[in-house]
Amino acid sequence: MKNGPSAAAILAGGIGVAVLGIVALLTEMAASINSALVWNKSVGSLSGKTIIEVVVWLVAWLVLGLSWKDREVNLRPILIVSAILAVVGVLLTFPPVWSIFTGHD
Amino acid sequence: MMFTLRETWTAVHGMAFGFGFILFFTAALALLLTLQPQLLTAQGLKRNVVLLKISGIAIAGLSWLAVIVGTWIVYPWYRAAPPAGTSDLTHFARSRLLSSPTTAEWHNLGFEWKEHAGWLVPVIATVALYLIYRYGENLAKEKKMRWTVFVVLCIAFVISGIVGVLGAIITKEAAVV
Repeated sequence: MKNGPSAAAILAGGIGVAVLGIVALLTEMAASINSALVWNKSVGSLSGKTIIEVVVWLVAWLVLGLSWKDREVNLRPILIVSAILAVVGVLLTFPPVWSIFTGHD
Repeated sequence: MMFTLRETWTAVHGMAFGFGFILFFTAALALLLTLQPQLLTAQGLKRNVVLLKISGIAIAGLSWLAVIVGTWIVYPWYRAAPPAGTSDLTHFARSRLLSSPTTAEWHNLGFEWKEHAGWLVPVIATVALYLIYRYGENLAKEKKMRWTVFVVLCIAFVISGIVGVLGAIITKEAAVV
């Protein structure tokens, strides 16, 4: 069994996680981005942030999945990169980390 | 004692979906750790994989339900702004937390983290589910992939645990009513 599709799923997951962290940070850094992501008034900018996360994750999975459909890839670097992306994503959703970039408490 | 509609949805979000996730996570972990040819008969292996797939579906499904209900049903009630001049903040949980310096951090740090981190869990859990389905009984032979699924599930569990604990504390401090 080729491991390409599995590697694609793992890396896409890492990308999805990182994207939410990055978008969450961006909304804290710029009020205009925060306002632009208010896609539903009662949910606020969380609506835009989470929809972007899910869409980017699914598109990344589709693109990587098609690219690596019949391939055997070296899983080790994929796992390392995915783990780094996951750590980035988790850290960037943590409010005290936002203050490092925004300078606000 | 009766639950209000808001309390019922909050309980469904946290207790039914959140604790359900943890329950099936425990099952998946036990099934995954025993998924080794030397520990199981051929029939046992087949049954183990079927149960693992069911647990995987439950974990991914419940985590999606938890964030969707949490974000689109409960969260609007939590973040609703009180009309100008309102002094009774009973029905405005976020404003109630922010009204006191002793509870404000539960929103600024606790809820702000929870509302974002919670959305990481279903993505990670779905990756685990995909790997479980793709490899099936081959997970018994593929040690590296078995441990990958194990680690992926554990990451989802740790994040959901943090989110769950924060949710429980915040609900205790300022329930959505």
